[in-house]
This record gives sequence, structure tokens and C-alpha cells, in this order.
Amino acid sequence: MFNKLTDRMTSVLRSVGGSGRLTAENIEQAVRDVRKALLEADVALPVIKAFIAGVKERALGAEVMKSLSPGQAFIKIVNDELIAIMGSESQPLELKAQAPVVILVAGLQGAGKTTSVAKLACYLKQRQKKSVMVASCDIYRPAAIEQLAILAESIEVQFFPSSSKDNPAKIASAAIDAARKKSVDVLILDSAGRMHIDQEMMQEIRLVHQAAQPVETLFVIDSMVGQDAVNIARAFDAALPLTGVILTKVDGDARGGVALSVRYITGKPIKFLGMGEKIDALELFHPERLASRILGMGDLLSLVEEAQTKLDEKKSEQLANKLKKGRGFDLEDLREQLASMQKLGGINSIMSKLPGMANMQQAVSQQMGDDHNRKMIAIINSMTPGERRKPEVINGSRKRRIANGSGAQIQEVNRLLKQHKQMSKVMKKFSKGGMQNMLRTMQGKLPPGMGF
Amino acid sequence: MSFFSKQKPVSNTSNSLLNGLRKTRAILTSNLSDLFTGRKQIDAELLEELETRLLMADMGIETTDTVLDALRKHIGFGDIDSPLSLLTALRDLLRQRLQNPEPLSLVKKPHAILVVGVNGSGKTTTIGKLARHYQQLGHSVLLAAGDTFRAAAVEQLQTWGARNKVPVVAQGNGADSAAVIFDALQSAQARGIEILLADTAGRLHTQSNLMEELKKVKRVLTKLDPQAPQETWLVLDATTGQNALQQARQFHQAIGLTGLVITKLDGTAKGGIIFAIKEELNLPVCYIGVGEGIDDLKPFNADDFVDALLASDE
Repeated sequence: MFNKLTDRMTSVLRSVGGSGRLTAENIEQAVRDVRKALLEADVALPVIKAFIAGVKERALGAEVMKSLSPGQAFIKIVNDELIAIMGSESQPLELKAQAPVVILVAGLQGAGKTTSVAKLACYLKQRQKKSVMVASCDIYRPAAIEQLAILAESIEVQFFPSSSKDNPAKIASAAIDAARKKSVDVLILDSAGRMHIDQEMMQEIRLVHQAAQPVETLFVIDSMVGQDAVNIARAFDAALPLTGVILTKVDGDARGGVALSVRYITGKPIKFLGMGEKIDALELFHPERLASRILGMGDLLSLVEEAQTKLDEKKSEQLANKLKKGRGFDLEDLREQLASMQKLGGINSIMSKLPGMANMQQAVSQQMGDDHNRKMIAIINSMTPGERRKPEVINGSRKRRIANGSGAQIQEVNRLLKQHKQMSKVMKKFSKGGMQNMLRTMQGKLPPGMGF
Repeated sequence: MSFFSKQKPVSNTSNSLLNGLRKTRAILTSNLSDLFTGRKQIDAELLEELETRLLMADMGIETTDTVLDALRKHIGFGDIDSPLSLLTALRDLLRQRLQNPEPLSLVKKPHAILVVGVNGSGKTTTIGKLARHYQQLGHSVLLAAGDTFRAAAVEQLQTWGARNKVPVVAQGNGADSAAVIFDALQSAQARGIEILLADTAGRLHTQSNLMEELKKVKRVLTKLDPQAPQETWLVLDATTGQNALQQARQFHQAIGLTGLVITKLDGTAKGGIIFAIKEELNLPVCYIGVGEGIDDLKPFNADDFVDALLASDE
């Protein structure tokens, strides 16, 4: 997605050329592309319209920084604007009130409320050393109370037993009394899933809220929700004084545009992300990361910046010149490239920053992980300069020596030589060498559908 | 357990879906009809407004573009010349892209239906409602508690079994899902049950180990009956946006889906993503869920769905 987005913008904006300014005319296509990207990311249309108006205003007349192309500059504005809406810092829970501090969660059916309650309890217990009690006001869904009881037991927090014959507001009051008696720090109240247009049920959660007087009222929403996010968020925001949002199922591959919609409509911070099946899979929300994810661009901007500061431009250029002159990519160069990769924090770190690569990270690190990288450098270090320049001369006895010298197996030496051979073929295809160009080319090479 | 505490009155007319959907969508739909009735001619503003409506229904940009391009072409030819004919043409275009589900062909019993989907999409509730539906059609039903992962999922299904007075085959939590469903199929065969509804744990389509587990369920069932499961249905939450297509793709690729069930259509979500899923994977929608009550399940009807999406009141 990001590739297409940048490519298109770059081609559109290339015509701007020397002017170095973004104008209403030259960003029109780019704006349309951003709209499309946001739609595909499930950001709600009314939110997109308002967002784009903001971006346009900021972009017009903005000077294009020297380090960035006009296309990149535009994306940076989009990215900055996304972060501006989402807030730049994660916001912690408000726990300073008098104990028991009450937290209430609310949301649609299947949003992940009960699981989030358990994860939150686990988080508060483990990381904030709080004593926690949980209680369920869900008297409708079969076995909902039982589900919470089982989860509470598994994370060893206190459970207030309720019955599906009770009234939800009464359960809340009784749970608070029990929490006070047992002097727990935090009481988390689960509630039944409800449709935002179900007036009766929305009134019910209002009554629960009145009875519980929670310090935090968290709206739980599925990260896969589409355009309807506007209606849902508006209704819950109108019914309850929300203090924050928990976004769930973020470990899937939805782009999570709902985060932007909900944040825009409610103005409330997203506080946590539910990231998986495990009970401790709850993370603090980092607005910048999600902004990138919505655009499908990973932390690409930071990678570009890092590459600029950490890589030795001179060496890259030397390699580029050498390859241009038709001389081959030798093992000396391979070592240089491997070392550059290490400098950027290794292949894992690079992969995690590339758009669409998060899923591949695991597979790759097994095959060509950072240990592997270090080993390859060791093998090359055990060669003579002559061998590095002309790997063809490496015969059986030389291989044995190299293997002994680097503590590797002969097979590993063979594999390295084979890999080098393949790489030098690939290298010939790049008109210019160097890590930065490789990264740039990789962006274009990512197979479609690999995005988040 | 207050079984029927939240059951809503259900009308049994064939139009109850439309009425139900209409009621809940009053605000949006009345806007759409205003859009058409208040106008004498087709202009760019009308088309843009139409685009907005389709996009807001989660149809996705690609489907929306295709539909609008087709409409523009007709406008160019002159076969669409008024807002009303535009509405009619739009409805036809949308209608053509969907199909009504075929009734189950119960040639062999048991007919095993495997129900899969992401977490929280409504699998267990759908199974509870399907059990009622098939019983009302006069079929014998057995439930398999294949969600052995989520806390109290087995109890939840057992409650639905009790409501419907149908047997539930279950083992403890943490049991092997494939083994439970295998047992259930064996039991259904022995008892001469007509329909087996097998629940599975919710799983995100990106979790490859859990997708492998589903493949295993399917593999194991074929040992008892080479055709089993006769149906594999993906339960999709109607509020899901463009990711629903990705879900359908991944589940289809892993275990071969035969149909969809769209849940939570009693809210304001419209489920427009089914057009893209039909287009790419040719998967029909079999049922829709319109509430939490035991009868809040309807066979999918394409005309009603499109009408509810556009809701012209002429």
C-alpha cells in the first residue's frame, strides 16, 4: 500500500521539480490517494474528509525539506497529522483515586470486553502491583459470568460472584462493597455486550455507571470494525462519560483505521491494545506506531533517518562506483553490507520497521537471523584478502582452514560461498549498490497482499 | 440462568428482516430516499453522495468504483435519465452481484456443518440459533463443543443446547478440538442425527498454528465420512470493515469455505463487504443474525438485503 502511495505521489509530485513547494494543484492526486489509503484502512469517511481538509491546509505552501522528496514531505505531513489527532504519548490509567478505584468497560457484543477485563487485571496485578477484583454485570450471554470467573482464577485475582438473576447496577454496587471490605486497590467491572442503538440496553449501562461511579470508563472496540465505527463510537460516547478506549484483536492484519475514527469522534485517548490470545497480551498504546500502521508504512521514516545517520555514505558510494565500473561484488563487500546491517540493529530490527514485514520477521530470523549474520562475518574474517577478492580460488583445503579459523562447519563455508554467488548476481541488477538503495528497491519488491 | 430474559418479540412475516433492518437504519436510509425524491436530475453531487453512501456501507472502494462506473456508463448511454431510474439501476446492479443460498441438500445424514470465524464474531450464538432453526424445519440436531480454548465456551454452548433441548457433545476445556468434533460426528452417525453443528474456537486468520488446527479438524472428519464437513461456514461480524475480505480469503484458503453467516445486522452496520467477498471468492451468504434472541436468525435474502441497504420507500 505504502509503496503504491509513495510511488504515485512521487510521480505526481516530480513535476513540481525545482519549485520545492506543495501547491493545491500538485497535491490533488496525492490527496486522492491518501483518501483511498485511509478508506482501505477502514477510517470512517466523515473522519477522512475532516482529516484531509487539515492535511491540505498544512501542506499548502509548505516548504519541502532538502532531505526529502516532495512525495515524502507530503507523507510526513500526513503522518504528523495522524499523530496529532491520536496524541503523541500513551496515556496511563488514572489510579490515584480513593480505593477501590473502579474501572468499567463497555462495548458491542464480541468486541473483547471480558478478555480485556482479564488482561487489564493481569496487567495491574503484575506490572503495577495492585490487588485487583473483577466482577461481571453480564446477565445475558450464557456462561459470561462463568467465563470471567475462570479467567480470574487463572490469573489469581479476586472474583466477585454475581448471578444472571441480579440487576446489573445492583451487581456493581454489591461488588464495590465487597471490594471495599476486602480492601482491594482496583475493581474492574465487565458489562454485557450491547448494540449502540438498543435504547434499553444503553440506559442499563448508564445506570451501572451511576451506581459504580467509575474513575475510568473504557470503551472496548474491535480493531477490525469498518465504517460503522462512527455510529458506534458516537452512541457510546453520548451515553457514557468515556475516559479511554481499548482497541482489541490488534494482532490480526486489519489496518486499524477505527483507531483514528474513534479517537476523532470521541476525543478520548486509546489506552491499551489487545494483542493476542495470551492473558498478558495487553500493550500500552503508542500513537505514532499506529499512525504508520494505518498508512501501512511501518516505521519506514525512522528507518530512513537511521540509515542516513548510521551508514557510511562514503563506503556505500565506493561500492556503488565499483559495481558501476563492472567489477564484481566480492566477499569484502559482503562483509561491509553485513556489518551495515548489524549497525542498523540487525535484520530483525530492519524487518520490524519495513511495511508488511512484521509477519515475515519470525521466518526470516530463523533462516538468516542475527547470529547467522555474525557467523558469516566470522567466516569472511578467516579468509585471506586474496580469497575475499577472488572467492573462486577457495578449494577444499582452504575451506578446511577457513572453517577451523572461524569455528564453523565446512558446510557453512560452502553455504556462504553459494549465497555470495547468488548475491553478486542480484547485486549486478542494482545500478547502484549500498544498503540504502537496497532498501529502497526492496520497497518496490514486496509482493502485493503482504501489507498489514 | 434466565434463558429468555432478553428475547425480543419476533414477527414471523417474510418481511420481518426488511422491517427490522429498516427500523434500525431509519436515519441513514431516510436520508438516502430524501436524496432521490428531492431531486429532478442526476448531477455530480448526487453521484458523489451516492458514493459516500456505498462507502459508508463498507462496500469498499473497489466495489463502489465498479458500481459507480457502470452507472455512469448507463447515464452516458442515456438509459438512466432520472434519479428514480438511477436508484432502480443501482438496485439491480447490486442485486445481480449477490445470490440467494441454496437450501441444504440433506442427501446423507448426518450433514456436518463446521462453523469457523475470528474471535467474537458470534459463532456460538449463531449455532444456538441455527439449532432452533433446523429443529423448526423438523430436523434432528446435535451440537459439538469444539471451542475447547476460550473459558466457559463449552458451558455457553451447553446452555444453548439446553434451550433447544438438543444434545451437546463436549469434553473438558483444553481438550483436542478435532477429537471432540470427531466424537460428535461418530455419535451423530450412531444416533441417526440429521444435522451436526460444530463450534470451533475463535481465531484470527493470521495465526497460522490455529489455522493448521482447523485443517486438522477437517482432516480427521474425513476419516469418518469422506464428504464431511458438508458445509464450512465463516461467521462474519457485520461491523467488520475491509478486513472481512482478508478473513474470508485466509479461511477459504485454509479449509475451503462453502458459505457465510453475517451477524449483528441489527445495528447500523450494513455488511457491504459481502459484495467484494462474493466477487472474489464466490461465497454465498446463507444466514444473517439480527439479534441475541433464539429466533433472531434469518435465511439470507438478496432482494431484502439490497433493499435494506438502499431502502427506497417508493
